[in-house]
Amino acid sequence: MDIELRHIHKRFGAVHANNDISAVFHSGQIVGILGENGAGKSTLMKILAGFQPPDSGVILLDGAPAAYGSPEAALSAGIGMLQQDPLDIGAFTVIENFIYGSHLTRREAYRALSAQTERLGFDIDPDALVSTLSIGQRQQLEIVRLLALGVKTLILDEPTTGISTEQKTLLFDALRLLAKRDGMSVLLVSHKLEDVIALCDRAVVLRSGCLVGELDAPLTTADLVQLMFGGELIQQKRKHPGTGDVVAALEGVTLRSRRMTVEPFTLRIRASEVIGLAGLDNSGQELALRACAGLVKPAAGRVMVLGEDMTGKPYRAFMQKGVWFSAAGRLEEGLIAGLTLTEHVALVADSRPLLDWNAARALTEAKLAQYQVRGQPESLVETLSGGNQQRLLMGLLPEKPVLLALEQPTRGLDVDSSQWIWTQLLDRCDVGTAILFTSPDLDELVAHSDRLLVAFAGRITEVPDAASVTIDQLGRMIGGAFQ
Amino acid sequence: MKMNWMTRLAFALLPIIASLAITALLITLVGSDPRAVFERVFEGAFRNSTAFAGVVNFWIPLVLCSMGLVVTFTAGLWNIGVEGQMMVGAIFASWGAQFLALPAPLQVGAEIALAMAGGAVWASLAGLLKVRLGVHEIFGGVALNALANVWAIYLISGPWQPPEGGSAQATRPFPPDAVLPSISNAFPVSLLGLIIAFLAVVGVALALRGTRWGLQLKATGKNPRSALLLGVPTTQSALTALIVCGVLAGAAGSYRALFTYTSLRPLLTGGIGFLGLLVVLLVGVRAIWTPLVAFAFAVVLGGSTRLRVALQLDQSLAGVLQSTVVLMVLLANGLRRRLSARRSVEAPQPTQTAVDFKQEQTAHE
Repeated sequence: MDIELRHIHKRFGAVHANNDISAVFHSGQIVGILGENGAGKSTLMKILAGFQPPDSGVILLDGAPAAYGSPEAALSAGIGMLQQDPLDIGAFTVIENFIYGSHLTRREAYRALSAQTERLGFDIDPDALVSTLSIGQRQQLEIVRLLALGVKTLILDEPTTGISTEQKTLLFDALRLLAKRDGMSVLLVSHKLEDVIALCDRAVVLRSGCLVGELDAPLTTADLVQLMFGGELIQQKRKHPGTGDVVAALEGVTLRSRRMTVEPFTLRIRASEVIGLAGLDNSGQELALRACAGLVKPAAGRVMVLGEDMTGKPYRAFMQKGVWFSAAGRLEEGLIAGLTLTEHVALVADSRPLLDWNAARALTEAKLAQYQVRGQPESLVETLSGGNQQRLLMGLLPEKPVLLALEQPTRGLDVDSSQWIWTQLLDRCDVGTAILFTSPDLDELVAHSDRLLVAFAGRITEVPDAASVTIDQLGRMIGGAFQ
Repeated sequence: MKMNWMTRLAFALLPIIASLAITALLITLVGSDPRAVFERVFEGAFRNSTAFAGVVNFWIPLVLCSMGLVVTFTAGLWNIGVEGQMMVGAIFASWGAQFLALPAPLQVGAEIALAMAGGAVWASLAGLLKVRLGVHEIFGGVALNALANVWAIYLISGPWQPPEGGSAQATRPFPPDAVLPSISNAFPVSLLGLIIAFLAVVGVALALRGTRWGLQLKATGKNPRSALLLGVPTTQSALTALIVCGVLAGAAGSYRALFTYTSLRPLLTGGIGFLGLLVVLLVGVRAIWTPLVAFAFAVVLGGSTRLRVALQLDQSLAGVLQSTVVLMVLLANGLRRRLSARRSVEAPQPTQTAVDFKQEQTAHE
């Protein structure tokens, strides 16, 4: 099935997630959809798969305009999407998951399932509970389920995150077979360059909501990085690895989450240092950041703060030592919807058992002025705009913390707001605070970090010469290509 | 998002009018006159000081439980276990009434203190199950309620059996020194009970409004994840909230045992704890309104005891009215939320954010 997108627009508030995107996907081809986090690739694929409507624009299937308002309608038009977290039901067996959405009887379903899995070389037990399967097996189930529903176009969102090498080989072989022998269109959303290079006939690159280029195989890392990150050099402001005392350290730490394992690594953080943690989603940098604040307990190794072993202690103990964490989702982790600005300030201002609301209000007014937060002390925090919420969070941090562990400190902010946040942060560094931060934005990492670490598929490596690294080089590294 | 006061008043009155209408309709359907029923209920509650004392005696334990539940709801906890906490309070108070022999002024105080401790222990069991073993407080609470009831039945039919024998419905009445005295024969209400209820209302309202503990409870209830990151000891918040509720529920249980029944009996809580959950849901966890709404509930329940005699109607009609009120209020809240959500959607979103965005930018210039 040939798919053509014409002038697709999609906005979320002030964010133009898809800006006038036109593209053609031919049957029998595997096309990689590439871009940084937030480039708009998932939005585009969700529009194509019927999960959300475009604001404007047309989708043509085999030349005929298609109008569908739901994933179900997209499925009957022949388009199926494999989500990053497979949409299956853990309490059901494989065969039960396979049946839903279809009109097969149980007996037909067994036959169809074994026929599909055999052809693709997958190995799943029809009677196993889905909750006992690995992510790779759950993907396989989802693929054969979509095929049984008659899908002609298969969209896969980051399918290689969290699966083993063997399963990846199996998956890629299956996708090649589907495209080359069955003539299906396969669209692979990914930010892993090596996967796209290994598998795709063509790559479409998005940046900040716009389609910035298309390349045909043979694909090269250099070309892709050039398109993904623009390749322009930006000014590098601070490049002096700290010489102060080590204030915090991860010593031979192994981290585990449901999806991944971060291999043992050591990170020593010195006073006044800014350390950037680069990496694509779920590469391990988020876990490393949280481990520094005691929010993820290491499976092995030690976490040290100011010379004391803090391994396994709760976040509050880290806070008392001067380690503060700030999360990317401001209203999920950080601020409390339903509480006023004054209540937030009162919560962190001191620890006296009785509250003095007049004093808290005065302090709030002072902080709002100092941190340029546009809002009233008695407004509820969820009524603030994103930038104001971020500035308020900054105002809630203590004046001289030992270490700030910041997850995407400028997420969703415009250039001016980001700049302002960094001025505040670097002021704190000047008085001895160390900063460890993650960011999907390579510019931000290169511009502000004294040292850079790159996480890729659970391996965390220090960039040897952070002062001279370019955005291109960093882009290659987070895609798994070290020289 | 904001509504004018007319709309807000309408949303406050609408559910009450609607539930009165529904109850009236039900009464008409069973062949009675709704006006006569409402008159009888009012009479039943206010016809003389003894009748009114009945209302107050119901109000005291109800308001104690409700204030406790205001605390747990603020911390985001569904303390279904409040009934069991009341029961264990009653058991502890009964132990004191039967086996403690202290000088007169200390005796009753000690019994109530025991009851508070018992309620606190039972509540902290639910709390520990939650924070240590991840058992949701609703399930833990239901189980502990059943255990408390079985414990009371065991005591009544076993060790604390009255001399008449094992089929007894209650322990032997407690000695006069061990029970709460009435203000007067014409107005049989315990002054100490009233004082404790008053202190509970004021204490909880002040603690939630003016202490760090209260603010931390609120933060934990609204978003435990963020609260933790802002340095709130969330586990401790949840546990202390449950313990405070247990203390108040225990006091409520002691009032039932030491005054209402002057003995320990099964089902002595009379569902007051569950009623407290309804009261607190109805006031939307606002401490100030709790005693008033609890009073209204007590009037309806106290007043309806005469329905059977006067109109051959079962007093469960009171329950029907109360439940309808709660359903209607929840419905009105849902409606209001949907309405305000629709309004905010109607306002063109992109323009709004564009303005915000601009303002933000000019703020930097």
